Amino acid sequence: MKFLDEFRDAAAVRTLLERIRATITRPWIIMEVCGGQTHTIVHYGLDELLPREVTLVHGPGCPVCVTPIEMIDFAIELSTRQGLTLCSFGDMLRVPGSTCDLFDARAAGADVRVVYSPLDALDLARREPMREVVFFAVGFETTAPTTAMAVHQAARLKVPNFSVIVAHVRVPPAIEAILSADDNRVQGFLAAGHVCTVMGIDEYWPLVERFKVPIVVTGFEPVDLLQGVEMCVAQLEQGRAEVENQYARSVRNAGNVTARDLLAEVFIFVDRRWRGLDTLPKSALSLSDRYAAYDAIRRFGLTQARANEPMECRAGEVLRGLLKPTQCPAFGSSCTPDHPLGAPMVSSEGACAAYFRAGRLATAAAEETEAK
Amino acid sequence: MSGSDRNGSPASLGCPVPTRKGEVIVLGHGSGGRLTSELVNRVFLPALSNPLLDCLNDSAEVQVGTSRVVFTTDSFVVNPLRFPGGDIGSLAVNGTVNDLAVAGGRPIGLSAAFILEEGLPIAELEAIVQSMRRAADRAGVAVIAADTKVVEHGKADGLFITTSGIGVVAGGIELGAERIQVGDAVLVSGPIGDHGIAVMSAREGLEFQTTTVSDSAPLNGLVSRMLESGGAIRCMRDPTRGGVATVINELAKSSGVEIVIEETAVPVRNGVRAACEILGLDPLYVACEGRLVAIVDSAGAEQVLAAMRHHPLGGSSCRIGAVIRSGGPRVLLRTAFGTTRPLDVLAGAQLPRIC
Repeated sequence: MKFLDEFRDAAAVRTLLERIRATITRPWIIMEVCGGQTHTIVHYGLDELLPREVTLVHGPGCPVCVTPIEMIDFAIELSTRQGLTLCSFGDMLRVPGSTCDLFDARAAGADVRVVYSPLDALDLARREPMREVVFFAVGFETTAPTTAMAVHQAARLKVPNFSVIVAHVRVPPAIEAILSADDNRVQGFLAAGHVCTVMGIDEYWPLVERFKVPIVVTGFEPVDLLQGVEMCVAQLEQGRAEVENQYARSVRNAGNVTARDLLAEVFIFVDRRWRGLDTLPKSALSLSDRYAAYDAIRRFGLTQARANEPMECRAGEVLRGLLKPTQCPAFGSSCTPDHPLGAPMVSSEGACAAYFRAGRLATAAAEETEAK
Repeated sequence: MSGSDRNGSPASLGCPVPTRKGEVIVLGHGSGGRLTSELVNRVFLPALSNPLLDCLNDSAEVQVGTSRVVFTTDSFVVNPLRFPGGDIGSLAVNGTVNDLAVAGGRPIGLSAAFILEEGLPIAELEAIVQSMRRAADRAGVAVIAADTKVVEHGKADGLFITTSGIGVVAGGIELGAERIQVGDAVLVSGPIGDHGIAVMSAREGLEFQTTTVSDSAPLNGLVSRMLESGGAIRCMRDPTRGGVATVINELAKSSGVEIVIEETAVPVRNGVRAACEILGLDPLYVACEGRLVAIVDSAGAEQVLAAMRHHPLGGSSCRIGAVIRSGGPRVLLRTAFGTTRPLDVLAGAQLPRIC
């Protein structure tokens, strides 16, 4: 399949591994920001193929994982109202809220539907004008433009029965939070290629200059990831800290200007609590005043209430790269994809679920160290 | 969710589910994965346990006089009722024929029970029943008993069909997961995942253009050829719900062996691969309705493969893995890069990913 096979090519992978081995002289800790990248790394076992000097730690870039529990509680609460349909992406339905998840709510009679696009939810609202249709919008800058488009269209077409819970978040404030922490150990980043396809790369330069860390905008296939690691290692070894673009086949420096303009029109930046990372300034999106009528939280008078995470779940440390999933005492015992304690065990993008599916058992942490 | 602290969570945000998680049926219980297995072990086996049921095979084999009879049953709730390459009627015939066929049975009769929803157009029902007739003719079997019930509008999704089937196993055919041995080859009769993707492409809210059509087909003819090939076939399964990964896990579990699947050897059509990439699915877990997985003695594997390839439904049959050791059960997938990872059963339904 064109545009995939060449980036999963075994010979290209071997060549890149050789080049990384030839370049590296000492240990480096590199974080891949996006959960999709984590998934590829573990799915193909790339971390096992890399030289022992490279430690990959997994970042906060799983949108399902960082959505605060109170947002999920909002969605669950709304879903139980008569005459209301709650739509979201499939992954979101299994993330535990304070007491249950959206699948449980559906099993108890709530009208909860999986959609692939917020525009499908808008279509549903137009087809069923007697129902309130709420889209639970999660994701980074990658999925935010489709939500923006749905809200923009709803306003243009004057669809009164459509609204959204906006839980969109931004990548740069998360990188800033990780680098600002006293216990940070990340020395270089592979930034998320699809986020930069929308946003461009310029907003990463201030981070590079302030924290002196290389950031390589990277794609999602095995060859992309190894090229990203190679470019990041080269910068680290040479003492450089720059923004580089491995994913040039998709990412332009300015990003997708049309999408950015739409985001700027529909959303404003707000502070928000992240699951695992606490409140980050200007880290999230909320509807601008012009589109406030489409905000489900306002429309239905939901009140913000902080719910606490299960104490056993150490997702916060996993999402900041301080803990490997296998080092969490709950991993694989009280926390499994069947009965997740935290979101990273639910989503296919979640680091814990990726490790679990790849058979990295709790004991594997010891084996990993031994192997290196 | 043990250990959760509910400080600051007002009662208004409480969930409508009064019971603890796991106390009601969720869609994942029907996925064929781990939740299905938990349900079977918790509810069905304790109540209905007997040596035949406990085998959890596609069909149960009973001795009637001097004959070996296989018996199976299956319900069909596919949505939409029609999809590229088939409909619920042909699917209900093929599915039951295949459960008999992979148990080594020659189908001799089917029953069909219909649950019809008030409001279903009779023309639609006629078309589906005609399709059943054509599928039955193709498989060389007749529907010899049937039942109809009607439920109120909103109580069923148009039409549900349950089919049961009986078949006869010829003397000398001995199949079963317990016969699997170290060194055996794992074969598949064609590209995987066609059915699941064809159905998804037609599903409301997900319509996408594809040339993929369902592989739904009766496998009894193909199985006859295989059994006549002379190669020693240990066991066969049709990888329906839960796909190839799930049946191989079931086989590993029943026989206590470790099986390695070569990812690059598994045949997947480009259209299915592309759809899976877009939808975030793994083709190894996507349903087939006209394919089989066979574990055969490696010494006769080429003979069996040659016989399969001579049959119209097995033209692209191939070897996808091997039984490497006892002391399992475990299934590993070897990637193109030489790394391996466990190929587990799914926790619940495969979920579309976000990005």
